[in-house]
Amino acid sequence: MTNLIKLSAADLSGLLADRSVSSVEVTRAHLDHIAAVDTDVHAFLHVARDAALATAARIDARRAAGDVLGPLAGVPIAIKDVLATQDMPSTAGSKILEGWIPPYDATVVRRVRDAGLIPLGKTNMDEFAMGSSTEFSAYGPTHNPWDLDRIPGGSGGGSAAAVSSFEAPLALGSDTGGSIRQPAAVTGSVGVKPTYGGVSRYGSIALASSLDQVGPVTRTVYDAALLHDVIGGHDPLDSTSLTDSWPSMAAAARAGLADGALKGVRVGVIRELAGEGFQPGVRQRFGETLALLAAAGAEIVQVSAPNFEYAIAAYYLILPAEASSNLARFDSVRFGIRVNPAEGPLTSERVMAATRDAGFGPEVKRRIILGTYALSAGYYDAYYGSAQKVRTLIQRDFDAAFAQVDVLVSPSAPTTAFKFGEKMTDPMAMYLNDVTTIPANLAGVPGMSLPMGLAPEDGLPVGLQIMAPAKLDARLYTFGAAVERLLEATWGHTLLSQAPELAPTEMFASEEGVV
Amino acid sequence: MSEITAEQVAHLANLARIDLSPEEINRLTTELGQIVDSVAKVAEVATPDVPATSHPMPLTNVFRPDTVVPSLTVEQALSGAPDHDGDKFRVPAILDEE
Amino acid sequence: MKKAELMDYDKALELFEPVLGFEVHVELNTKTKMFCGCANEFGQGANTNTCPTCLGLPGGLPQVNAKAIESSIRLGLALGCEIAEYSRFARKNYFYPDTAKNFQTSQYDEPIAFNGQLTIELESGRLVTVDIERAHMEDDAGKLTHVGGQAGRIQGADYSLVDYNRGGVPLVEIVTRMIEGGEADSPEIGRSYVAAIREIVKGLGVSNARMEEGNVRCDANVSLRPRGSNILGTRTETKNVNSLRSVERAVRYEIQRQAALLAAGGTITQETRHWHEDTGITSAGRPKSDADDYRYFPEPDLVPVAPSREWVEELRATLPEPPAARRKRLQADWGFANLEFQDVVNSDLLDAVEATIAAGAAAQAARKWWTGEIARLANVAGVAAHSLVHPVQVAALIELVVAGTLTDRLARQVLEGVIAGEGTPLEVVELRGLAVVSDDGPLIAAIDEALAAQPDVLAKIRVGKVQAAGAVIGAVMKAMRGQADAARVRELVLERAGTAQ
Repeated sequence: MTNLIKLSAADLSGLLADRSVSSVEVTRAHLDHIAAVDTDVHAFLHVARDAALATAARIDARRAAGDVLGPLAGVPIAIKDVLATQDMPSTAGSKILEGWIPPYDATVVRRVRDAGLIPLGKTNMDEFAMGSSTEFSAYGPTHNPWDLDRIPGGSGGGSAAAVSSFEAPLALGSDTGGSIRQPAAVTGSVGVKPTYGGVSRYGSIALASSLDQVGPVTRTVYDAALLHDVIGGHDPLDSTSLTDSWPSMAAAARAGLADGALKGVRVGVIRELAGEGFQPGVRQRFGETLALLAAAGAEIVQVSAPNFEYAIAAYYLILPAEASSNLARFDSVRFGIRVNPAEGPLTSERVMAATRDAGFGPEVKRRIILGTYALSAGYYDAYYGSAQKVRTLIQRDFDAAFAQVDVLVSPSAPTTAFKFGEKMTDPMAMYLNDVTTIPANLAGVPGMSLPMGLAPEDGLPVGLQIMAPAKLDARLYTFGAAVERLLEATWGHTLLSQAPELAPTEMFASEEGVV
Repeated sequence: MSEITAEQVAHLANLARIDLSPEEINRLTTELGQIVDSVAKVAEVATPDVPATSHPMPLTNVFRPDTVVPSLTVEQALSGAPDHDGDKFRVPAILDEE
Repeated sequence: MKKAELMDYDKALELFEPVLGFEVHVELNTKTKMFCGCANEFGQGANTNTCPTCLGLPGGLPQVNAKAIESSIRLGLALGCEIAEYSRFARKNYFYPDTAKNFQTSQYDEPIAFNGQLTIELESGRLVTVDIERAHMEDDAGKLTHVGGQAGRIQGADYSLVDYNRGGVPLVEIVTRMIEGGEADSPEIGRSYVAAIREIVKGLGVSNARMEEGNVRCDANVSLRPRGSNILGTRTETKNVNSLRSVERAVRYEIQRQAALLAAGGTITQETRHWHEDTGITSAGRPKSDADDYRYFPEPDLVPVAPSREWVEELRATLPEPPAARRKRLQADWGFANLEFQDVVNSDLLDAVEATIAAGAAAQAARKWWTGEIARLANVAGVAAHSLVHPVQVAALIELVVAGTLTDRLARQVLEGVIAGEGTPLEVVELRGLAVVSDDGPLIAAIDEALAAQPDVLAKIRVGKVQAAGAVIGAVMKAMRGQADAARVRELVLERAGTAQ
């Protein structure tokens, strides 16, 4: 029997459609694997075993009854804890929301359920998506399946680790400054940040409203496209949602598998993100990938984006400013925990302040205070106002670059996965980690990360970032699928097949009733 | 160097309704100073002739028809509340007046 | 400050010039809230009209109500404002338990309407033009109930309860520029201005405009400038003055209070103040402070509102006649004396009288019925007069009186029947058998009977004491149970006495 957990969503889709396997079998295989390895990986904050099996059984019954189901019906999926789910706790990795079960589903969750996917549970993340390592999760970090002593990236380290450790074929993530792409890079998986407005944010616990975007986390480009087709498209509940009609991303990805798909594609290499100061193995794999692309007929063009050097500064003003306001609602009145002050009178003001002190972690407090500062009277123009202008300049850089090339590429992250604790004490060092991914969020353009090899010095995955003009997400999938095919043909295997096998822990034994 | 003082951080914490300890205030004062120093560089290129971008995708006039849609039930609305009294949310005494 | 410590009003005006400003909040009567599809109504159970958006749940997002935008633009136009070509929502950040998101979604430097003017007429006939700085859109807060301590007061309460049904209801806040030169009329300017706003929003149909229900709420800013000085005094903002009379009283009180303080060498604290309807005084609220750093920034979850000029002109074409102009026209058309017309206006019966006249009644008759018998019955029933009976029925009633089918007295009985739901006036006449007896036969019989009982009457009439007929007429009317035309009875009696002309 095939090892179901190693199959792509597309392959599972085929087996489910011709009823070679049932959704219950597929779902159980993943749940068992989660039980076996997640004590070590800690990708999940919540596993909905019974609900998942029940949903799978319903899908199987519908299929047996001849219902017409979508391509991903019956395929399991992991959901980042930033998304509201009405049958599972939704904490955004924060203590302040411990145990909170929303009375509603995020639009993307609703679409995933409507398409017949099987939610397995909720994945770990840096608290309110603030971080690049999951070390800021209030519930403990997620471990990188390639090396359990290393970070899985962040904020969506849980979703990336879930797919790269074969706990789920698909996951949902959210990307504000790289939270889908950077974890994908350091775990050897695929992640896509769609065009801003391409996927609904309704029900996604907001970090920075003008930057946040929900997107797919998978092991293959084609799987990401299939999932994108499920979650994308206009949602009237999100006023920033684009009303455009979108082409099939899956069809776009399939187009990339055609021979000669890379021929004549103009690939822009952003001078400012070409690897200066990056880890040598990252630079090496990036250079090799460019060479492969050129050999496959792509035209490599050097482009400049002079204002990208201001991107991190602008980002760390806009994000905290919006976040400070978005997180104001966590006040112990309508949801979440309530903490009384240790001493003194119990007034509404003091209880709110005590709750927010106890419920928010250090990074969240840091950014709320920074954002409050950036918005306060007398500073607005110098900080928030200026940052919004930088945003215009970065958009112009993108416009100028895309006037010359079809796609832009860079390494997805400056380094491979670092060790736990390495950057915890230095906020700026942690922030610099997002240098490659932030420009896409500021400009709203779509970005993808896919594996481009292992860094020779540490044997850890390195990601290639691809960016396309706004609304041309389909181009990402076509080009991404072509690059993925080229690289895997060169290697003779997928990157994730090189990941170490994770040993089952006692938890698996206990599931079997041995203990 | 920016001139972030502990008093300023305490004031910001008050605006943000976070009951920071003196240690947290001291630590944040240092960190905030460093962060502000490094993000202040946005002013270098943010000249008056550059317009601000607050939305990455420029949309206007996105409206919803004035049609009632079902609300949550009272039970759902109150389901996550730390405290409630009958059909209302309950909060400790309010000192400030708006 | 106790009333006895206030400065005499005339004395205060001798020493100081009052400078006013008003912020009026108008609750729009859209079907749904400003930013979500929850019903815009309260009155059923608490927290029945809430959703993730208006409850400020994590993940909730706002969606702008098209009708609220339309109403705001129409209101802006009616206030003579320019309508912004590009307008944005902004977040006003502050923590308060009735504010679900802990920010109010409002507008800051890009309001939907600005630069308007409203001319009001005082009772003296003085015209005052109030400059409108802006009218902007925002959402309302939920409702707090304070439990324990003094009845319903926030001070000393043990805890508070929150109902978010009102949270997210659309508001338009209308902000005036400084109003100078009001002098002794200042309190009346306050009342008339708010009355004018109320009338406008009612005429537009954009608000239910009931002040007692908080549909229209006024914050009054008052400061005093010493005579001969051109430096503005420190102002106070008296919040939530919720009746026209209270606006007048609160402004007057603040003038007298501030004058007393200043004359005694004191200073005015810039603060919000609370109006106490029962005692007629204001008391200190929260002083303005650093905590008022609202950290406004453009609402990133909403996109700009850029109403096309075509749309604005379309909406302008839907504006009703301005209330002041309409009043002027109607009074002239109807030929009412000032007092008669004021009576109609003050009783809120302009629409009812207009509709009654439109249905065919004479203007004076319509006025008389509405401000007289109908108002009296409404008062007894404790409801608004215009809600008691339809103008078309009143016109039909008046027509029956004019035709002689009913006397005034019978008509009052018919009105009661109409109000009781017995049908149209004609149906009530038939049902109750109330029509005037116009056949002389029964009248003559009754007259004979009455004359028999009072034999000296005819003689008195013949010697010129015509008023003696009254006793007979009264007896006849009584015998006919009112269903007789008294004028006809009189004629017949005089005929019998042989003195009929």
